[in-house]
Amino acid sequence: MKFLPDQIVARLQTGMQTPDLSGTRYRALELLGHGGMGTVWLAQDSILQRPVALKVLAAENSSADLAARLMQEAVVLARLEHPGIVPVHDAGTLADGRTFYCMKLVEGQTLDHYARKLPLRERLRLFQRIAEPLAFAHSRGIIHRDLKPANVMVGPFGEVLVMDWGLAKVMAATSASSATGQVSEHVTDATGLSSTGTQVSGHEFTRAVQGPFGSGALAPENSTAHGTVLGTPGYMAPEQERGEVNLIDQRTDIFAMGSILQSLLQEPPGSPEGESYSRPLRAICAKAMSAEMSARYASVQELAADVGRYLDGLPVSAYRENIFERTARLVSRNRVAVVLVLAYLFMRLLFILFSRR
Amino acid sequence: MAPNPQGDAFPLTRHSVVAAAQGRDPEERSRAMDAITNSYWRPVYKYVRLRWRVEREDAEDFTQDFFSRLLEKDFLASYDPAKGKLRTFLRTCIDRLFMNQLRDAHRQKRGEAAVHISLDFEEAEHELAASTQNGSAEDYFEKEWVRTLFALAVERLRVQCHAAGKTTQFAVFERYDLGDEDSRPSYDALADEFRIASTDVTNYLVFARREFRRCVLAQLHDMTGSDEEFQREARALLGVEAK
Repeated sequence: MKFLPDQIVARLQTGMQTPDLSGTRYRALELLGHGGMGTVWLAQDSILQRPVALKVLAAENSSADLAARLMQEAVVLARLEHPGIVPVHDAGTLADGRTFYCMKLVEGQTLDHYARKLPLRERLRLFQRIAEPLAFAHSRGIIHRDLKPANVMVGPFGEVLVMDWGLAKVMAATSASSATGQVSEHVTDATGLSSTGTQVSGHEFTRAVQGPFGSGALAPENSTAHGTVLGTPGYMAPEQERGEVNLIDQRTDIFAMGSILQSLLQEPPGSPEGESYSRPLRAICAKAMSAEMSARYASVQELAADVGRYLDGLPVSAYRENIFERTARLVSRNRVAVVLVLAYLFMRLLFILFSRR
Repeated sequence: MAPNPQGDAFPLTRHSVVAAAQGRDPEERSRAMDAITNSYWRPVYKYVRLRWRVEREDAEDFTQDFFSRLLEKDFLASYDPAKGKLRTFLRTCIDRLFMNQLRDAHRQKRGEAAVHISLDFEEAEHELAASTQNGSAEDYFEKEWVRTLFALAVERLRVQCHAAGKTTQFAVFERYDLGDEDSRPSYDALADEFRIASTDVTNYLVFARREFRRCVLAQLHDMTGSDEEFQREARALLGVEAK
């Protein structure tokens, strides 16, 4: 048996991770990163001569659940054609048996990195733009379930993209109201029996879903074998942490959006207390992150609109201000008019005083 | 015991090795134990040398003794794949056996093992000197386990390529992927050396790497104790859980 030095073992191990792209139009260039399900590779599309990103399942022997989940992610992305959601170009199985999909290469920074250098008001405007693709997804009955700053990319031209839909839950919108964004759910498990989602021995069994896509419906979800509650600690809503899959709806994403907003309000250590500590903004976070689902915003549009109202100097729905706060806000919002009125009153006063002499 | 790099003497069914080693059929059991010994003796020997800081001769005796006992006694009968990795179980057995021998001062009995296994300790000693030893002995055991896995997979690939008349494919793989970084040839140099087209070099490497990947996974089957362990290790080797 030939002795393999450490360097060769490392090289072979890296080679093992490289997807076998023989027979495809892609050529692997560089490992961009890896996550729970697989790796993301920078690749060259040899036909269209452009760089793309390939998301590849980790091992060909991985469970069918993971392969189905990756494929479901590709199908979800394909259905969500929106400027704020990365487009998928291709999907399939590689020669080595691994499931993959090809998507647009997104170059930019994650939200947490990008937002660090921005003033508060720009961070809030950025937050509003995250809400747009999310609202679109919700209108299509898809819940992201893993929203966090690391899953939001900001491109070189300021474009905002919501990434990593691998944990997305597809809901059947039996009644969707565009006014309230309320979506009620009907789920069918893989055996065809109607049920709500269940959590058994730490394994979440997601369901076959009668989706809102008509004849082009998403393939039924099969069981996921993660063995843990799906999501990221710190951004998961209480119902998600408890594994109450049947309760999860768009308000679960709204909780995560509240967490994102909270992280965007954080100032660098040592910064003086500023606008980010304002009560209306804190109240918006608190409402979005309410433990009670019914106490949260009903839709992501409502949340974004409240942030918009704050930016416009209007009262926000999440916070009832007192008379002093209201006055201060009105003064702040109408600063020019207030200065002109005060100047006018001051001139009048001077006029009266001088005319009496 | 003659090395069995290909491992094809043992029918490759999922976790047949551990199951057969725990079984009653003496012939199957013996072949399974050969496969386990072949996969594990190097990490065991090197681990003992480092962990217990014993002299070379003592480590050789202990390794012989350990695998003899594994063959003769029902060591593996107490292994439950649901409770942990096979290699962790074996490492625990090593530590326990070593401590027992120290306590009972029975080390002189090691030479009396009924079964003598032919193991190339000279080679293992050279390898030990050539490898870097950072971290704990347990980490080193894990590292050696991966090294042995890959080395056995390379041998498996060599035998398979030879049998399939793909010796050039293996030779290209060996020169390019198993050579030193400093002397790594270019694709053109390889094409000249083997008198093939440059595009063939690419194709041969793709073929060999794909087959190598299969060999690693096949070897991994032989070195793990359960489907769950195999899946976990495969994912770790393929990078998802790699640190």
